[in-house]
Amino acid sequence: MSDLLLEIKDVTKVFRIGGLLFGTELLAVDHVNLSLDKHKPSILSIVGESGSGKTTLAKIILKLHEPTSGDVLLEGKSVFGPHPDLDTLAYYRAVQPIFQNPFESFSMRKYVDSYLYDTALNLKIAKDRKEARDIIADALSSVGLDINALAGKYPNQFSGGELQRISVARGLIPRPKLIVADEPVSMIDASLRMNVVNMFLSLKEKYNVSFIYITHDLSTAYYVSDYVAIMYRGNVIEYGSSDRILTNPMHPYTELLLDSVPTGGKKWERHLKLPDIELKEYHNTGCKFANRCPFVQAVCRLNKPPPVQIPGEREVLCFKPVDYELGRTTPSQEPEKVTI
Amino acid sequence: MLRLRDVKAYYETPRGVVKAVDGVTLDVRENEILGIAGESGCGKSTLLRAMYDSLEPPLKIVAGKVEAEMKNDRGETVTLAPGEIRKHWWRFISYIPQGSMSALNPVVRIEKQFFDAISSKHHLNNKREIHKRIASYLRELELPVEVLNSYPHQLSGGMRQRVLVALGTFLHPQIVLADEPTTALDVVIQKGILLMLAQVQEQMKNSLVIVSHDICVHYQITHRIAVMYNGKIVEIGPTETVFNKPLHPYTQMLIQSIPHVGDQKHREGISGRPPSLIDPPPGCRFAARCPFVMDICREEMPSLLEVEPDHFVACYLQREPLQARKGVG
Repeated sequence: MSDLLLEIKDVTKVFRIGGLLFGTELLAVDHVNLSLDKHKPSILSIVGESGSGKTTLAKIILKLHEPTSGDVLLEGKSVFGPHPDLDTLAYYRAVQPIFQNPFESFSMRKYVDSYLYDTALNLKIAKDRKEARDIIADALSSVGLDINALAGKYPNQFSGGELQRISVARGLIPRPKLIVADEPVSMIDASLRMNVVNMFLSLKEKYNVSFIYITHDLSTAYYVSDYVAIMYRGNVIEYGSSDRILTNPMHPYTELLLDSVPTGGKKWERHLKLPDIELKEYHNTGCKFANRCPFVQAVCRLNKPPPVQIPGEREVLCFKPVDYELGRTTPSQEPEKVTI
Repeated sequence: MLRLRDVKAYYETPRGVVKAVDGVTLDVRENEILGIAGESGCGKSTLLRAMYDSLEPPLKIVAGKVEAEMKNDRGETVTLAPGEIRKHWWRFISYIPQGSMSALNPVVRIEKQFFDAISSKHHLNNKREIHKRIASYLRELELPVEVLNSYPHQLSGGMRQRVLVALGTFLHPQIVLADEPTTALDVVIQKGILLMLAQVQEQMKNSLVIVSHDICVHYQITHRIAVMYNGKIVEIGPTETVFNKPLHPYTQMLIQSIPHVGDQKHREGISGRPPSLIDPPPGCRFAARCPFVMDICREEMPSLLEVEPDHFVACYLQREPLQARKGVG
């Protein structure tokens, strides 16, 4: 029916802060559209700083938040519509989470493998514990672990990397089509990080699992992903091929992010003035990055930037590629022209 | 200047003695940025606490010595031992902690916190004069003066951390210790704060010690780097040299495991995990994860040896020059 595994359609989430009368509204996710192909498994990274709305978006995809407007479609079936086609059980058999802190995802007082049994039984993948054991052994072996090595052990007997591996195995139990990983390596030591990231790549190849990888780390995002969506204050400001965007950013914010990552290569220029970021940015009528943008023009402050399509490559939410003209939503066919 | 000689700082816990810093010898030199790199649980924060003389039970220095050389008001050099160092907090040595929310008092305005911290440590007795000095120092660091009237929760995480940097450097201490000053902050803010620290050090020509788990942070701003693993320093030298020619297998593998934007090379992590600090193995702490492990590595801990000027490494491979050159990869 649909060629898309997952479609995020015009999703908006508004949080109310404060009281009923005097509270303000915070636009955490602002009309976001993203999609994942059904036939070719892929890894989509959602990159952003704290407060960019990336975790809210992840929670919507995981059905932990309901969007204020818009819908999420899984293989063409509505999840949040007025008449949803999918119930929670069916959804979680196809979409599974991995959380940020492996030391918090497991209770210190329970055996680690009890979580794996719970998942298998709650999602009705297995009828009884005996059947569950076979399924769990299978899931664990796909992340390179042996079920016997887990038996009777508590979480503190494993390293962060191993626990995150077990979290992934737990997610694999229903043989999902999509795994949503929210900052899965940020709590893990640098020397173990790549083991987890490499596992995502091999699971994608071997088991056709797609991933949504939520992170603030551009280096691992580049390493692991096929597509990348850069978020800023609730908007996806640049979305498309990860290689093209991260090696040749078009949005000034993407460029600023890339420039700030500490690398082992070029050394930083010694001076940088930090902006005094305010909550006000959420309420800017025009581009939310306007106050910090070095290329800002009057039109950016007053009008919402258009989604500019560069065919086969990316979408950018910025006036710059269209020469700051209002109403022109397709630029001249020269994406290379924009070199900053 | 700080001198650490074979310092052992242990935590005495009911489960056993945690040997968080287990024989560290290190000099913090004048006018330098020294980076301490290592993964969580390697003892880098404990080492900083030993330097800062912030030793509350269960942490104890059980062996070795920490000495500080302080220039006093008359310009003479005085040697301080633990117990005396803490009498000169803020003026001689200051500490920038990592959690800016828990470090500042949530119910006291920033200006009052400046007054409280430095009240006994300066010679100014006119409140207005102090206020003027603080305000002009903030302006120097390009911080808005309005923060002085704010409560910590009214400021963003990045701004709070910058206030802590300002507070820690206001009295121009000879040594500034910063413990993961940018964790939990966004990359753009992180860069701003690191550059601010480097800039302050450049102006004051004092010593700055930065602890960070991110080895690229060290590459960007430090002059010398000490790599810690399981309570010990395994390699120390000029940052540029250590980065371009790491000699310890752990440093080599750590640097090689980091991906970079624009580079699609396959990267491997280091398998296994560090041994327990309660019951460390007798030999090299990295032996169980090292691809070049030899018999002697499991028997006796190699000591830090100077293999080229100012570049020290604790590894038996470096004592057999032929094998050493192979390196990793």
